[in-house]
Amino acid sequence: MTGIVGTPIFEAPVAEGSRDQHMVLNMGPQHPATHGVLRLVVEIDGEIIVRLYPEIGYLHTGIEKTCEAKFYQQVVPLTDRINYLDPLSNNLCYCLAVEKLLDLEIPERAQWIRVMLTELSRLNSHLIWLGTHAMDIGALTVFLYTFREREEILRLFEAVAGQRMMTSYFRIGGLSMEPPIDFFDRVRAFIRTLNEKIDEYSNLLTGNPIFMNRLKGVGYLSAADAIAFGVTGPPLRASGVDIDLRRDMPYSSYEKFQFKVPISHAGDTWARYEVRLIEMRESVKIIEQALDGMPGGPVKADAPKIVLPDREKMKTQMEALIHHFKIVTEGFAVPAGEVYQGIECGHGQVGYYVVSDGTAKPYRVHMRYPSFATLQALETMCKGRMIADLVAVIGSIDIVLGEIDR
Amino acid sequence: MSKSNPLAGKAAVLDGLPEHPAVKAIMAWRPDALADAKFEFDELTLTIVPGEIRAAAETVRSAGYNFFEDLTAVDWHPSSPRFQLSYHILSHAFKERIRLRVLVEGGDPSVESITAVWPAANYFEREVFDLFGIRFEGHPNLRRIMMPDEWVGHPLRKDYPVEGYR
Repeated sequence: MTGIVGTPIFEAPVAEGSRDQHMVLNMGPQHPATHGVLRLVVEIDGEIIVRLYPEIGYLHTGIEKTCEAKFYQQVVPLTDRINYLDPLSNNLCYCLAVEKLLDLEIPERAQWIRVMLTELSRLNSHLIWLGTHAMDIGALTVFLYTFREREEILRLFEAVAGQRMMTSYFRIGGLSMEPPIDFFDRVRAFIRTLNEKIDEYSNLLTGNPIFMNRLKGVGYLSAADAIAFGVTGPPLRASGVDIDLRRDMPYSSYEKFQFKVPISHAGDTWARYEVRLIEMRESVKIIEQALDGMPGGPVKADAPKIVLPDREKMKTQMEALIHHFKIVTEGFAVPAGEVYQGIECGHGQVGYYVVSDGTAKPYRVHMRYPSFATLQALETMCKGRMIADLVAVIGSIDIVLGEIDR
Repeated sequence: MSKSNPLAGKAAVLDGLPEHPAVKAIMAWRPDALADAKFEFDELTLTIVPGEIRAAAETVRSAGYNFFEDLTAVDWHPSSPRFQLSYHILSHAFKERIRLRVLVEGGDPSVESITAVWPAANYFEREVFDLFGIRFEGHPNLRRIMMPDEWVGHPLRKDYPVEGYR
């Protein structure tokens, strides 16, 4: 097993003894290949990476502290802003955690719509990954193609939630409202052609000799190292560890869906590419199943003191108006306790740890985000490789700086 | 949602879940290292006495809880002991998660680092050090991770001022 990410390079004396040929290169915080404000201090011997030290925190906004000053329902919009490529997964994870504390039963229809939209959100995340990853390698065309499909997904989000990126559509106790009438038809129309579109990307990349040479055998991560560094999601499965929380610890009725969890034993950048591509096809299957078997019924739990009433009821019924007023002005008390809810988002395992002291504001909200842990494995993956490989590896682990710094 | 009945207290957990792999491993290793236990929301929490967390982490890892998922702290200011550290450990084999908990006193808080057991704890311990000011003995690179190096104070502490001039 490899060592821990060591002392920062900018402090260690680099030019001494036999290592005086080494150079320290500063990559980022503003660099197109770092996908955000990530700073990498790289010690290089010619073109070979000797050491690598990620310097993070440039995007730290103190969301965990902010949560402590908000009512439970006011935290939902904050979660969107953490991982802005997969917003609905964040909403889902937080809502599930609080619903666990409240012991709230969620109607089946709401759970199925949640699954469907989370999978659309995963597709959104994977499409951006594929486009930017290919662009980093030099294949510009794919970026334009994937953003064409991503635009469709954002339009669907806009139709259902009124917002393209910061959806906040899942609320504690269900959904914010019933989806518009033609929404499911629009999703079906989008999904019908998506497999062909994925073939299109695959045709552009899978047989492309430049793309293959840049990816194959690059950024190897063994299964033991992946587990030791806390890597989750597609990079972990590409290293041969067969774990997916959707299948293994199901939440929000994922146990009712049939899908395969792709794994690969190669552990390199290419394996991560292949695993994600298959995952996209599996997501399409899940959405199809959700559309076919969509149950009827309400989309909000029957808990008038927690869930905001429908607009019409609020305007016509005295009780609903009182509940609405109470929830908005005072929030709702959540029984004391601590819960941890883990889900599988596009990048890996997200976890929300919510501690309640019995009041209407969370005592502590902590988010475990996959990119934060995955970044620790970057040095292991890049050691002894060229600088150009570093760009390929960063693309393949699919990091979002918003969720690293929070 | 099928939910098991909650169990509160060490005796209740030992009585109710004697065959649980993590409970069994801890009891076989050192029964006195387990200060408290509870089973709530289908989540098992084992409170470990301070100073034994590294050994306890090794014990649960060899019992099959192989994946370090999360570490964070809770500040219970002004009650005592002030800090609670929550380690979330996942088992790929059992498809189950446990929580190890350590309670630390407020003045100059410090615990043993578990980076020797799981290197993944590196960033998480740095984050707790940065935002809560809890030191981790034996950490290879204990420095601020989110806040600037010259920052004074630890923002996630409950007595950290959130408004006005500093």
